[in-house]
Amino acid sequence: MDEVLIGNMLASSLRMATPLLFCALAGLLSERSGVIDIGLEGKMLFAAFAAGAAGAALGSTSLAVACAIGVSILLSWMHGLACVSYRGDQVVSGIAINIIAVGLTMVLGIAWFAQGGQTPPVSTEVRIQALWPQAQDAFANWPWLQAIVGEGLLSHNALVYLALALVPTTWWLLFKTRFGLRLRAVGENPHMVDAAGVSVHGLRYTALTLNGVLCGLAGSYLVLAQSAAFSSNMTAGRGFMALAALIFGRWHPVGAMWACLLFGFLDAAAIRMQGTALPLIGEVPVQAIQALPYVLTVVLLAGFIGKAVAPAAIGKPYVKER
Amino acid sequence: MSNTNMPKWAELVVLPIVCLAVALAVAGVVVALIGQDPMEVLSFLIYGALGTARGVSYTLYYTTTFIFTGLAVAVAFHGGLFNIGGEGQAIMGGLGTGLVALWLSPYLPAWLLLPLMLVVGAAFGMLWAAVPGYLQAYRGSHVVITTIMFNFIASSVLVYLLVNHLRPVGTMSVESVPFEPSANLPRMHEALAWLGIEWPASPLNTSLFIALAAAVAVYLFLWRSKAGYNVRAVGSSASAAEYAGINAKRHIVLAMAVSGALAGMVGMNEIAGVSGKLLLEFVSGAGFTGIAVALMGRNHPVGIVFASLLFGALFQGGAEVAFEVKGFSRDMVVLMQGLVVLFSGAMIYVIAPWVAKPLNAVLNLFGAAHAKGA
Amino acid sequence: MDKASLPGHTTATAPTATVGSVAVGMHGIEKRFGAVRANQGVNLNVATATIHGIVGENGAGKSTLMSVLYGMYQADAGRIAINGAAATIHNADDAIALGIGMVHQHFMLVDTLSVLDNIMLGAEPHWLLSRADKATRGQLRDLMQRTGLHLDLDSLVRDLAVGDRQRLEIIKALHRGANILILDEPTAVLTPQETAQLFEVLRGLRARGTTLIIITHKLKEVMGLCDAVTVMRAGEVVADMPIAQATLEILAEAMVGRKVHIGRDGSVGVQDGAVLLQASGIGVQDALGVARLRQLDITLRAGEIVGVAGVSGNGQSELLDVLAGLLSPHSGELQVMAQTFNSAHWLDPKTARQLGIAHVPEDRHARALVMAFAAWESAVLGYGHLTSYTTGGWMHHSAMRTATRDMMEAFDVRPRNTELQSSHFSGGNQQKLVLSRELGQAPTILLVGQPTRGVDVGAIEFIYAQLRAMRDAGCAVLVVSSELDEILALASRVIVMNNGRVTGELAIDDCNETNLGLLMTAENV
Repeated sequence: MDEVLIGNMLASSLRMATPLLFCALAGLLSERSGVIDIGLEGKMLFAAFAAGAAGAALGSTSLAVACAIGVSILLSWMHGLACVSYRGDQVVSGIAINIIAVGLTMVLGIAWFAQGGQTPPVSTEVRIQALWPQAQDAFANWPWLQAIVGEGLLSHNALVYLALALVPTTWWLLFKTRFGLRLRAVGENPHMVDAAGVSVHGLRYTALTLNGVLCGLAGSYLVLAQSAAFSSNMTAGRGFMALAALIFGRWHPVGAMWACLLFGFLDAAAIRMQGTALPLIGEVPVQAIQALPYVLTVVLLAGFIGKAVAPAAIGKPYVKER
Repeated sequence: MSNTNMPKWAELVVLPIVCLAVALAVAGVVVALIGQDPMEVLSFLIYGALGTARGVSYTLYYTTTFIFTGLAVAVAFHGGLFNIGGEGQAIMGGLGTGLVALWLSPYLPAWLLLPLMLVVGAAFGMLWAAVPGYLQAYRGSHVVITTIMFNFIASSVLVYLLVNHLRPVGTMSVESVPFEPSANLPRMHEALAWLGIEWPASPLNTSLFIALAAAVAVYLFLWRSKAGYNVRAVGSSASAAEYAGINAKRHIVLAMAVSGALAGMVGMNEIAGVSGKLLLEFVSGAGFTGIAVALMGRNHPVGIVFASLLFGALFQGGAEVAFEVKGFSRDMVVLMQGLVVLFSGAMIYVIAPWVAKPLNAVLNLFGAAHAKGA
Repeated sequence: MDKASLPGHTTATAPTATVGSVAVGMHGIEKRFGAVRANQGVNLNVATATIHGIVGENGAGKSTLMSVLYGMYQADAGRIAINGAAATIHNADDAIALGIGMVHQHFMLVDTLSVLDNIMLGAEPHWLLSRADKATRGQLRDLMQRTGLHLDLDSLVRDLAVGDRQRLEIIKALHRGANILILDEPTAVLTPQETAQLFEVLRGLRARGTTLIIITHKLKEVMGLCDAVTVMRAGEVVADMPIAQATLEILAEAMVGRKVHIGRDGSVGVQDGAVLLQASGIGVQDALGVARLRQLDITLRAGEIVGVAGVSGNGQSELLDVLAGLLSPHSGELQVMAQTFNSAHWLDPKTARQLGIAHVPEDRHARALVMAFAAWESAVLGYGHLTSYTTGGWMHHSAMRTATRDMMEAFDVRPRNTELQSSHFSGGNQQKLVLSRELGQAPTILLVGQPTRGVDVGAIEFIYAQLRAMRDAGCAVLVVSSELDEILALASRVIVMNNGRVTGELAIDDCNETNLGLLMTAENV
């Protein structure tokens, strides 16, 4: 096989997987604490808008990212208010966030920038560039290394590496710290945690705050690293794909990472596969590849390829019993 | 929904109105924030929706679709399930309707074809919902996740079929050939003209009657049939249903199947009634509006018809505002919808105490006795 | 709120305990829940480094008293002294700080975490788990050594047997510095071997200076294990003595009290009616693998009321559910109405009703009615398939409403409003509606759980009269009740259950406090 193609695919897969990974990790923290997060899509969208608007208006990368994160945290806290502090339905709240995000980003976008919902493109200084643009040239004499390492692994921007680095970080947080232990416990048996003298609400709100930060990073990536401007509904269902990846990865950071890489690969492959015939199968319709992540998740949930067991207390508001 | 600490009638009528008012107020704040006058926007909205015969027709056309998707969500709710898959079920239903129209419209007369289109559309939608229902009942897969996944899969299926098989060779637009006339539901203005009444042209068509009939049918199903009684019992108290010997699993699948069938009828409005061909965007978020409609309408057919009317008015009025007011678009309506879902759905327990306290104070003041057993 | 408590030692604020002193002194404890006086003027003195048993039936007040001690409830009146010093206990944290630990009947554990994690949670000595792990492991090794309680710290809770889970709860409490340990019905879920092991452990703890309070209804265990025993009944302490002065008979009599023959009307029904239902060898296990019914046989005859007596939680609920078709046993056979059922193919509720078995469930709210439905819809629950209510899939609302009105009339359900939501009726009226519905089907076998729970006094005699009328009409009535008075008032014969078995059967005239009490607490019959 063509090493350029492989290098290309590797690079594309990583780039496609990055926003998924941020969101999947965000959802992981929230759901491990017992709060369903259907609103990943909406938070990522709103964060992208915030990054685009702030990036264009203020001309600073760090401010753009900060705005994205800030907006996303606010939405997570709103979710917390409805569902953790009060007994609101977690699924309905997530859906509300998604619909509000779609509407409000467009309303504000049109009102502020009058470009049909788009934000003006951010300047190249604000955009997050590749960390090592010379990496490919360094391997000029070794074509395979140049393709796979040079382009595939080293041609990315900081956010891609950050996303990957967050996987072991989240793993460490969840399994090697006191906070992580309590978080895992509260998603399984909040009564036990409460009886042990630890605040259930405190844990859940902390998880939601971290969730907000990660969704903010996802949105920032879309606008500052991938496209340069916010456009209508640019998340295109990626938040749901991240949710699927989270479930497919069985609520484990490493599992979620592999799932995101797989789905990212499928996303990258879908476009390239168009028109090419695979051995035995013939031409695979691009829509089939696009639908594959969702089909796989359903198959997993139906119990046909092993079991996916959610945290036991997920979805149920915690009410102190006496 | 219980434990709101207010009498039942208040919970069903006063609370939703308050939630709607809060949603409107927040929307008004947003409008003001972007430099528009909320009252001006509101007046354009109302005029656009209800001020002209054409406006009313458009409103009713939107209402039709929302009735279908709202009823779908409501039936599932009564069975204790959250059907977020209305979007995908409507897509598949429309696909079914469209396929029948494409294949049979040259051969069958309208009076045979149209009912067939309706049945097949409902059947496709039913299947698309019954599978997640089955997975939930018999394999424990969370219906919320599976229906979300099925939404995306449905979308992919539609795109694939349209792009690769149904699009006439050589054309760029992603849509099928137009159906023969026998596959078209008469437009309302045509029907009225036939009766001798002049009415402006609009997409409003006779599927409105199908929607209203569906609302009646849902009422009869849920509150007059034994199957409906069982569905409601399972949704309300699975343990009591078990005690009564009701097969919970079967009724979960039934609730989802009926739900999907209702969503599947959207195609009769959008495809048979309006576009006359199969295209990509004929659902465009109606499945999610159905959630807002069901929440506002408290999952009752009558409430749903009124809530659908409200959202239909919002959609049509929103178009008018977008036309009249610079810097405005229909997305304000989407935002409004999201706010309704937020306040009527998620934040209802946050708002309830604020309603309950003054309400109970007023009621006590008038010495009204709450209807409680001795 | 982190507790950086030092495991194995009392905290600085807790007064020191010496053998011979009183570890726990409770004086004049009063606690009401609405109209119910759960504790009335209760005095309790537990000597340090002893095992003290508190016995009584359900509702005697023992759990309430211990909940007050552990800070779950606040007493309305009374004083508590721990190791001689006055103590105010507002919540579990205060209790833990005073060195009190509690092992609940229903374990509070996270199945997916390890033993070590479950013990550490909330009191981790360091934010880095690796360090917290190491420190805690060391402390636990010492603790397990000293107490003889051994567990594999790395196994997951979901892989543990019930007996081990209980050990985990005990270690958890000891690790938090408990030197006064309360155990609530500890042997309820244990096998005899596990019980013997537990007793060894408890004796070992006593030797180390730990004070132990055991809430139980198992008198034989009390005799074998405890140093002193307090008997409670109806919220009051009725007996309190060192074990040397106690005998099984004395305790049984004190526990049950002199309440025989109250409410009886002298009728006993028919002696040798036709056998309507015969169940043999019924065995049921719960989700944790604990046996709830063991080799149980029961026969129901026409024209009698069989009362099932015993402390709640000993299989009576499971017995009702099995006979009503809500629970499938893993062994056993049932013969009813010329039909046989076995564990491979058991009854279901619909078949049960078709066979003429009516069921008034113990749990009214979850089972008997759909709380969100109006009365006229709840009134057909379970009978919706009858042709009087449904034809061709359509329900007849007017017939249903008329039937409901009739039901309400027959049993004086108030208010006579068929449209009222089921949850808005008072408990007594809900129960009357349920009874009216079930009895109105003219069943041949009537299964009733807690017939007058939550029912006002005026309606109780009415309900008793209805049950007697069913009996006289040739029905076989099975009544399960945690109120012994009720059983004695209604029954023709009394079956006593303990630990999933029938420990004995008595004709009503042979019942007295002593033999009933003994049967209710008998082991290994």
